Formats: sequence, structure tokens, C-alpha cells
Amino acid sequence: MNAPTAAPSGEQAMRSAGGVNDFAIKIATVNGTGSASANGMLMQAIFRMGIPISGKNVFPSNIQGLPTWYEIRVNGEGHTARTPVFDIVIAMNPQTYAKDVATVAAGGWLLYDSTWPLDAALERDDIHFIGIPLARMCGESFQGSRTRVLLKNITYVGALVALLNLDMNVVQEMLNEKFSRKAHLLEANRQALKLGEDYARAHFTCPLPIRLESLDKTSDHIMIDGNTAAALGCVFAGATVAAWYPITPSTSLVDGFTRFSERYRKNEDGTRNVIIMQAEDELSAAGMTIGAGWAGARSFTSTSGAGISLMNEFLGLAYYAEIPSVFFNIQRTGPSTGMPTRTQQGDVFSTIYASHGDTAHIALFPADPGECFTMARDSFDLAERYQTPVFVLSDLDIGMNDWMVPRFEWDDSYVPDRGKVLTAEQLESMENFYRYLDVDGDEIPYRTLPGVHPKGAYFTRGSGHDKYGRYTEDSVLYQEVVDRLKRKVNSSGATSPQPIIERSEGAKFSIVTLGGCDRAVREAIAEYAEQGVAVDYMRIRAFPFADCVEEFLREHETNYIVEQNRDGQLHRILLLETDIEKRFITSVTNYNGLPLSAHHVVNGIKKVQE
Amino acid sequence: MSYIKKPVARHPGLPKNAIGLTVRDYEGSLSTLCAGCGHDSTTAAIIQAFWRLGIEPYKAVKLSGIGCSSKTPTYFLGEAHGFNSVHGRMPSVATGANAANQDLVYIGISGDGDSLSIGLGQFCHAIRRNVNLTYVLENNGVYGLTKGQFSASADVGSRSKKGEVNEARPIDPVMLALTLGATFVARGFSGDKEHLVPILEAALRHRGFAFVDVISPCVAFNDHKGSTKSYMYTREHYHAVTEADLVPLRSPVEAKQDIGKANRVKLHDGSVVTLHPVDQDYDPSDRGAVFKHLTALKEAGEVATGMLYLEENNTDMHSMNNSAPGPVIGIPFDTLCPGNDKLQELMAEFR
Repeated sequence: MNAPTAAPSGEQAMRSAGGVNDFAIKIATVNGTGSASANGMLMQAIFRMGIPISGKNVFPSNIQGLPTWYEIRVNGEGHTARTPVFDIVIAMNPQTYAKDVATVAAGGWLLYDSTWPLDAALERDDIHFIGIPLARMCGESFQGSRTRVLLKNITYVGALVALLNLDMNVVQEMLNEKFSRKAHLLEANRQALKLGEDYARAHFTCPLPIRLESLDKTSDHIMIDGNTAAALGCVFAGATVAAWYPITPSTSLVDGFTRFSERYRKNEDGTRNVIIMQAEDELSAAGMTIGAGWAGARSFTSTSGAGISLMNEFLGLAYYAEIPSVFFNIQRTGPSTGMPTRTQQGDVFSTIYASHGDTAHIALFPADPGECFTMARDSFDLAERYQTPVFVLSDLDIGMNDWMVPRFEWDDSYVPDRGKVLTAEQLESMENFYRYLDVDGDEIPYRTLPGVHPKGAYFTRGSGHDKYGRYTEDSVLYQEVVDRLKRKVNSSGATSPQPIIERSEGAKFSIVTLGGCDRAVREAIAEYAEQGVAVDYMRIRAFPFADCVEEFLREHETNYIVEQNRDGQLHRILLLETDIEKRFITSVTNYNGLPLSAHHVVNGIKKVQE
Repeated sequence: MSYIKKPVARHPGLPKNAIGLTVRDYEGSLSTLCAGCGHDSTTAAIIQAFWRLGIEPYKAVKLSGIGCSSKTPTYFLGEAHGFNSVHGRMPSVATGANAANQDLVYIGISGDGDSLSIGLGQFCHAIRRNVNLTYVLENNGVYGLTKGQFSASADVGSRSKKGEVNEARPIDPVMLALTLGATFVARGFSGDKEHLVPILEAALRHRGFAFVDVISPCVAFNDHKGSTKSYMYTREHYHAVTEADLVPLRSPVEAKQDIGKANRVKLHDGSVVTLHPVDQDYDPSDRGAVFKHLTALKEAGEVATGMLYLEENNTDMHSMNNSAPGPVIGIPFDTLCPGNDKLQELMAEFR
């Protein structure tokens, strides 16, 4: 297993420019050693100090024993995209020492376990070394090998309290919350924290130039991952049927839905107002979702690219037979199994055009967990309004990492859009009901649910059908239906989440992006602004595109389409689905499996400009 | 697939069932299957079973996969919602629909290609999940719609129309269902409607996955000499293990004269199914003994039919989930959505 080697050329030579509330930490550990909770605590403590922050977990597809990294970015200005430059690296994993040492910015710091001497080969004369004998101190102070390993993590957090000026009261408060019912663990953790702190104060000048100072910039915010947020959105939107098959990085979405259902969907007698089914594979999960949508439930499944590949046949059925259903695709790197624990936006093409024959699906592109929450709700409304599968294309970075986002709000006056579903009374008064007849001229036919009224019966099929719902092999009658389907799905561009457009006075070019690239692109635009370069910004939030997407592109001689896949999938789709000429749009991609950074955006644009 | 509506013809003399409907009210469109197809007889038996049980047609849901058998839901219950889904994937669609609305009567029609090859996984897992679904497998040992390839249920030594001999071992869906823990396992023959109808009635009344394998000969591609799924072969090797009667709740008991020790099994809704073992001491509640008995018959070249295994006290999908009673789609949105106050309480946990 290799350390992430996403550094663009020349990155190692970068100098640490960090200072107060502006630096990045990388913690290199071995997975299964309990470091995740210590790292999470470190991040949360900084968040509670009121300082904007983000955490990226770069982990292996493995349970125990392989390298894992946790990256924390602290930025008082609020830039929380990933940064590939680390001011301080906590090197706890001898397997990856060499690479970890190499990722420290010049002038930065390396904290290592000085129980053992550092290999001379790892010496660098342009960085500072902070040796703390973590293993020795924990060995002397605690009993049991597992306890010693776990508390080593807390000990380095203790050292960081001193080195980074972390508020000890906040850390103590968090330990108290965490171990409120386990007094002995609380005491051991306190002791470990103190060991690290005391050692650092005794041996080094504390705090370092990179340090924290409390702010008040996070009180209206929460830290949440996108899968948890999407799960919450499904609960609030009234989803009642979930079918799924475990796959990283989507699994935690249904885990979250299950957890929230336990809390919010349980009756006093213990019965549940929800049904959650773990399917035998993604084909079955898709079939269940579609079956439930057909019978009238708000149903969804959560998967990743490999699952979407398996679901393809069903997706065509749901499109052609016009069945509301919601699919979360938490993208990871492809093709094939790819790198299952790394992020990418590689499924844009394969999702929106999923299945054989002519298809195109409504897709939403959340930028962060906040939009995972709201777009979960939107996806059900769109699916039922347009009677078609709707996809929410999140990714591993959004889905599994904790992001700082504004506190969620729910509008209690929200009424779900259940679309054009006929009631028994309406059916009773109708002469005839025809499933695929566009009565209102809006391309959307009426549908009926089973068990409501004899007049509502129709035969749902993926085979050729005419507008009355009858089987057909007649060219004209077949085309009449598929032509309407195209108009129907395209019309969703007007009501789906509209693009976010921000214009700057005198902008010479624009950057267009989607999903989780948002924060890195915004930071890049801020960097351009500092250099006096004005840049227009558009973040596309849904497919099919709203009309203003093409209008925006036409305003600029040059539009850089920034995305996280090799082939510039959004770029290609813009060429296919709008009339924009190729010379106006240029693809800028990053597909190394790690979250995008402003550095990659600026360098990527520079590269295509040359 | 037929979209040809049957002409409406009134027969005032036709008998009516408990809810005042005649058997014509349970029919669908005209069949476009080959004349003499076993599936049409199975369709007729299904119509009969629904009529006898007095189920309102629009309270039923009929689903299928792909293939000749999967066309048949258009030929019965014209007033019920139908769903002709994807090849081999009907079980998952039925599972999803049942998840959304557990109050309807679900019947899935499949074939041996649909269930035992492409859809074997879904078939097995629907059994595991014990979805409340009557699952009819119209079994003819051959792919009809693609003109005569062997299916996974073709017996070793069975000869195709072109003269090829099948050497691959068959998957016997009855043995498979028994092994997987199915709570209702039966086999009928499309050529013997008298015995098939009560089996279907019991299946429709059973709470949980009710599996009915129906030997249903393909007249076009597998009804020749040398085939082990022909009318002739099935009639010659047909071995009724039990004969069943279903006595719906509150109906007078009209049991046939018992042949052996009669087993009366009370179904969850109070109906009683009476089994008349033809084979002495056959006990349809003893899975191990059933397996042994059927294996012996199979080795003797016999096609065991009848109500083969029944376990009425079982846990279906919704009881495993501890679902609230009634359709989940009927729960008001106010009950489902926790609202903003609850959300704000929750937000504190993400600080």
C-alpha cells in the first residue's frame, strides 16, 4: 500500500506558509489502532474553538494493519478544501515514514515517536523534527498492550495541545462527554493527554508558529458527513422503503437511515413506520426500490459506481415504465473495483445515461453534506413529479468525511410533491384511464397505485408500449412515447436545483464545476482575486441542464470545466447537451483519488493555458 | 403479449362467488401463447383459484419476469395492476411492492429459465426473506420464446426437439425450495386442474412465500418423444403424494373422503387446508421426511405432485422488519417527518 502520491510536481519544495489559524496537519497511522477517534476528537476540539476546519480520512480498503492518513486543515478564513501541503506531519507509521517525511512543507514540522531513533535516511535539513517518546511513556504509564496502543493516540493529541495551542478545556470537556459513564477510561485518557502535553512543554518551545487562536466562526455550523446528512434528508422527506447492498463508500448512508429510523420511525408498541431491506445484490436492491416506488412508496437505494453498473437493466425499465425511484451514487474511483476507498466523480456519464437504448436520467450533484440533506428531499419530489429514477451523485469525500456546514433547517410547511397520482374518487368519475397519455400537455401522464380502484389497473412493462399502455410493435406508436419521455425528462431542468452562478466585475474567463469541487474552486477564485484576476463561477447542480447553463457559457470566451475524473465527463456532456462550441470550453481534470485542492485547480488551469 | 381485449359476453347463468363475481370477472386479455400451451391451463387454474377465494381482483397484484410464462399475467385478473419486469428479477420487484403495501395479494409468475438460470439468486433470496407472495413457476424444461434451448430444469437424458441429449444435471426447484427453508412447497401439473386449483388457493392464503412448481408442457418445443417434460411423460410418471382441499374461513367443510391420515392445517387467516396423503404416512410438516420421500420418488423416475410441505407458523418479511400493520404508504407524512424542532435538537449532536 503506497502513501497517497498526489502531490503535483514541485509540491514538496513548497514552503510552509502556515501561521495562526492557517495550517494543515497530516497524521499517518496504521488502521485498526484506534487513531480515528483521537483524530476526530482533535478536529472537533478545533471546531469548538470556533475555527473553520475540515478533516479528510485517507484510508485503505482493509480492516487492520495498513497505512491510513488523516488530514486536518485549519483555516480562519473559512477555506476548507483539501490542501496538499502539510505544515506538520505526525508520523506514527514506520511503514510510511519515508513518504510522510517527504510530504512536510519546507520549514514545517515532523512529529515522530522518538522511543526509537529516526532512520538517518529520513533526515531533512529543511524541516524541524519533534521527537516524543510516545511508546516509551505509554509503556511506562499504562498496562496492557491494547490500552498502550490506544492511548499513544491520545498522547500525541496531548503534545499537540501544547504545540498548537489547543484549548485544553475544550479537549477535557470532550473527554468528559465521551467517557461520562466510564470513569476509569476517562482517567487514563486524561493522564495520556497530560503526558504528551508535559513532554512537549518541557522539550520544545510551545506553541509553534503554526498555532490556534479561538474565533467565533463556527457557532452556526455543524460537522457532519454527507451520507449521514443524506440519510437524514430521506427520513425528513418521508422515505419509507430502503433497499441496499453493502458497498464502500455508500454503506454509511443506509446505516444512518437505520439509526434515524430507530429514533424517529418507531411507534410506541415497537413497530416501525419504515422497511429497510438488505438485498442479495445491487440488482435486487434496484428491483425492490422500483417495486416499492411503483406501489406508491418513497423508496431509495444507496450504492456506488459498481452497483450502478449492476443496476443498469432495471434503470432502463424505471425510465421507460416511468417509475419514481431514488438512487444515491456515492462515487469512488473506477473503473472496475478501482480504488474503493478513494474519491472521484467518475460516474457522471455512466449514471446519467445508464442502461441500454436511449435513456437520460435526472441527476443532482450535491457539493457538501448540506446539499446532501436538501437534495435527498429534492430527489424524491423530482422522482414523483417526473415519474422517473432520480440520481444523487455524491462521492466518497462528501459522503464519508466530516464537513463543516451551516446547521440544517427544516421548513415545517413543506408538503411532499407526490406527483400526478389518481385517487379512487378521481378514477371513479373517469370514463377511462390510460397510463401513458399526456392529458395535460405537460409531458407527464397520470399514474395509479395498485389496490386503489379497478379502473386504475394497467399493465406495467419494459416492452414496447403505446400511450394507452398497450403492448406495441408499431413504429409510430412506440416513437410517440419515447419522444415524450425525452421532453419530459428535459423539462425537469426548469424545476430541479438551479446552477449557482457568481459573477465578478471584469471577469475574463469562468470556472464551471460540479459537486464536491465547490470549495477548492472557490478558494482558487479567491486566489485569483488576490492576484487581481476576476473569475466568474458556475456550479451545475442538476442534469438535465437548466437553460441558463448554456447562456452562462456563452458569456465567456473561455470556460474551464473543472471536475474529478480523467475524461472530462461534464465537459463532454456540455458538448452533447448544449449547442456550445468546443473552443469555448476547456477541460481541467484531477483524478488522483484524493479530494480536490485549490492548488490543483490553479495549476490545472495554468497547464491548459500553456 | 396480448393487448387484445376479450369480447364482453354476459352469461347470466354463471355462478357467483362470495362477493358476487363470476369467473369472467377474473379473466384478462386473450392469450397469444401457442394452442395447447400448458401455461394457458395454469392461467385458467389461477383464475379459478382467485374466483373461488372471492378476492377482489383490484386488490391483487400480478408480477412476472421475462419469457413465455411471464406473458401470462396479462391473461388473468384484468382489473389488477400487473408488472412484467426484467428477466429473472420479478422477486425483487414483488418484494419492493409488498414492502410498500402489505395489504394486497401478490402473485408472481415465472418460468424455469427465469427462475432457475438468470433469476436463481433472486428466487433463493425471496424464499429466505419469506416475502408474502404466491410464486408460480411454470416449468417446461425449455426456453420457448428463443425456440428450444434446454433450461436448467431439463433432466439428464432428456432429448431436445432437434435431437440433442441434455447431460447437465437439472435444478429441481422443489428440492431447492425445501432446502432453502421455504414455508410452502407444492407441485402441480397444468394438465390436472382439479388438483392444481386447491393448491393455488392454499398458496394464496398462506402468509409468506408460497412456492408452486407447475409442470407445464411446451407444445412447440418440448412435447415430443424423449422429452421428460411432455404431456405424455408427465401423465405416465405423475405421482400425487397428497391431494389438497382448501376450506376458506367461514365456509362449510366439504372435505373429500379421506384416503389416508388427513392433515388439517390452519392458515393464518383461519382458513383450513386439508391434505389427503396418498402415500401412506406422508407428513407434510416434516421437512426432513419430505425431502427423503421426494428424493426416493425422483430416483424412481416419478414426478411427485401435491401439497408437499407446509409450515404455517412462520415469520414473513414484514414480521422480521417489525413493520407497523397496514401499508407503509398509508402512513401520513406528519407521522413520517420528525419536523424542525426535532432536527434542531439533533443538530446539537453534530457540534
